[in-house]
Amino acid sequence: MSNGNGASEPRMHTISVLVENKFGVLSRVAGLFSARGYNIESLSVGETLDPAVSRMTLVVTGDEFIIEQVMKQLHKLIDVIKVSDLTDDRHVERELVLIRVNAEPQHRAEILRTGDIFRARVVDVTPISFILEATGDQEKIDAFIELLRPMGIQEIVRTGKVAIARGPKTKAARKLEQPKRPRQVDDPRVVGFAD
Amino acid sequence: MRMSGARMVLECLKREGVDTIFGLPGGAVLPIYDVLYDFEGLRHILVRQEAAAGHAAEGYSRTTGKIGVCLVTSGPAATNLVTALQDAMMDSIPIVAFTGQVPTHLIGNDAFQEADNVGITRPCTKHNFLVKDGKDIGPIIREAFHIASTGRPGPVHIDLPKDVLVKDAELIWPERVHMRSYNPTYEGHPGQIKRAAKSIVHAQRPVFYVGGGVISADAHAELRELTELTQVPLTQTLMGLGAFPMAHPLSLDMLGMHGAYYANMAVHHSDCLVAIGARFDDRVTGKVDMFAPHAEIIHIDVDPSSISKNIKVDVPIVGDCRRVLAKLLEAVREELKKEPPAEVREGRRKWAQQIAEWKRDFPFRYDWNDDVIKPQYVIQELSNLTHGDAFIVTGVGQHQMWAAQYYKFTHPRRWCTSGGLGTMGYGLPTAMGVQAAHPGKLVVNIDGDGSFQMNSQEMATCFAENLPVKTIIINNSGHGMVRQWQRIIYKERYCAIDLPGIPDWVKLAEAYGCVGLRVTKPSEVVPALEKMLATPAPVILDVCVDKDECVFPMVPAGGANTDMILAPPSREVKEKAAKSQTGF
Repeated sequence: MSNGNGASEPRMHTISVLVENKFGVLSRVAGLFSARGYNIESLSVGETLDPAVSRMTLVVTGDEFIIEQVMKQLHKLIDVIKVSDLTDDRHVERELVLIRVNAEPQHRAEILRTGDIFRARVVDVTPISFILEATGDQEKIDAFIELLRPMGIQEIVRTGKVAIARGPKTKAARKLEQPKRPRQVDDPRVVGFAD
Repeated sequence: MRMSGARMVLECLKREGVDTIFGLPGGAVLPIYDVLYDFEGLRHILVRQEAAAGHAAEGYSRTTGKIGVCLVTSGPAATNLVTALQDAMMDSIPIVAFTGQVPTHLIGNDAFQEADNVGITRPCTKHNFLVKDGKDIGPIIREAFHIASTGRPGPVHIDLPKDVLVKDAELIWPERVHMRSYNPTYEGHPGQIKRAAKSIVHAQRPVFYVGGGVISADAHAELRELTELTQVPLTQTLMGLGAFPMAHPLSLDMLGMHGAYYANMAVHHSDCLVAIGARFDDRVTGKVDMFAPHAEIIHIDVDPSSISKNIKVDVPIVGDCRRVLAKLLEAVREELKKEPPAEVREGRRKWAQQIAEWKRDFPFRYDWNDDVIKPQYVIQELSNLTHGDAFIVTGVGQHQMWAAQYYKFTHPRRWCTSGGLGTMGYGLPTAMGVQAAHPGKLVVNIDGDGSFQMNSQEMATCFAENLPVKTIIINNSGHGMVRQWQRIIYKERYCAIDLPGIPDWVKLAEAYGCVGLRVTKPSEVVPALEKMLATPAPVILDVCVDKDECVFPMVPAGGANTDMILAPPSREVKEKAAKSQTGF
């Protein structure tokens, strides 16, 4: 933005968006970013407790004016129910990574030890490779990848970031996500680490 | 009630209070036209190209305050319509556009006349829908009309696959529309309104800057009351013209790139700028760093994303212009109970004096010539003859700016122009829509010879549908605005701008069964205008004007509003302009 309003330094923001789970919503959101020249670092989408509502978690880089516009423009989309910037609130963020790494005999133990430290799981084994699964915030995932790099990483698949505010939810926010079906027991595998 | 999807569409339109639709049939929408054959209570106007249906709906909407409706078929019809949708999007005009679509089982199959309609219109509509089930038609049309007309108005597009139109379904008609994800803010924040009132009353050099939002919200009465109460001078944007009577002593006419010198100077030197239903468009602000640099900026707008988008706002008020102005009026009255301090009164007195001097010394002006018609003169005389109360529509270019400068509007909703998108060819089809909404009223399309040719086929519609639009072609045998830029900024390297006197507009008018008139001398202008106004049929009045005439004042793109060029370029102005690296 060239308005000389003393714009702040650009930084990464985590924006959580509740949307109607309708046909075309993702392209409306994606289109908004491309049309206005904003960059999405990552985006993940999933159902909420109410199957008619989806949650998108967006990571966007920008100064405060850009982020303000991003929030306003998102909110302007008809199918968007709620937009919140989690960046400066207490929140937990996680991403998941699947890594296919070379597993030569001399490296197998080392890889498993490193995996243990990062509380990663081995989800596929062959005589010459492992696939490891790890979750964590971005820094942890980056560090894990760096430690495995010397063994020879064949392929990496990373999800976008998902994030959730810490502490109990307010009444107003809870109302929006009121379950229409009985709450399912959370699958411990997707709850993530307690760190 | 069970009925075919096609009948349901028309039935729902009738229930929404629609009386006129602009359209052009084709394969995918034939089921609707089959129902229309003996459907009572809807007038269908057959256009000659689909963009014209969209523009006509815009004209209908802007001058009535109701929602304009258009209906075209799939594929190429939908892509032709896109220009009109984006035009309505940029200027916040509420229209609902229907397109046909190939049957649902063929979507994505590269079927005949298939295009990804909702994919294409997504960025150029406020919202769009693909109907997949006949029972959704009623609720979707209800939502579409609700979305188009509320909040910041805009176009909504509904895509109708052919099989959905053919199959029977139950008509569902929700009495009320409730959308949890769409709740525009109408009431302004009381604290902010109080702050704004205080600032306005205590400012020494206040200015109101008023845009099309005032017209959309029908807030002109409140605006006039507030302006007269506070005695704050007021300037209007291109889209806002008519929101305030232009002959009023407090009116500063239009601001911006081709706005009045006094309007731009007043905004530049103001200490309190109140933007009402305007969006700080680049054609208004010029160089943003230099726009109203000393002013506290108060911004009233129904769209929160307009606020602090281009210019940082000090007092944002999100809400409907009419409701906010009514509250602001109360707050100002309260504030005025205490007399403002002496220095404020003295400052206001000096400000009024300064503005009067600017208005006296730098009015809109042109040089009279006995032999060649000056385009400004034609519009001035039209304004006099019609007392500023005709429906005026324009194309895009020099004639548009002259119309904005010289036609002195007395009422809102009399002016349709393509402000945001700058769509050449907008004039004639939009004028048709205005005429269809106001039978028996005078509708004048002020157009250019370049712009008019982009939709001149609609003369056939004017003739066939008995829409007696009067078109004045400000004919300078070329793309005048481009010529002006090439003259002033590109060192007279004229390229691709000549339209050498063809077609013969009088003959063309006659070929379409309409009346053609031509004038070449200044003395003939008034008699010709009178003759045109007295003719009951559609008319083209070809006015051959001075092709060297430029629109002044002018702020070169990217320049500050204080860098206005006031007169035809002298050598030094040309050199100064050539140094600034600017383009369209």
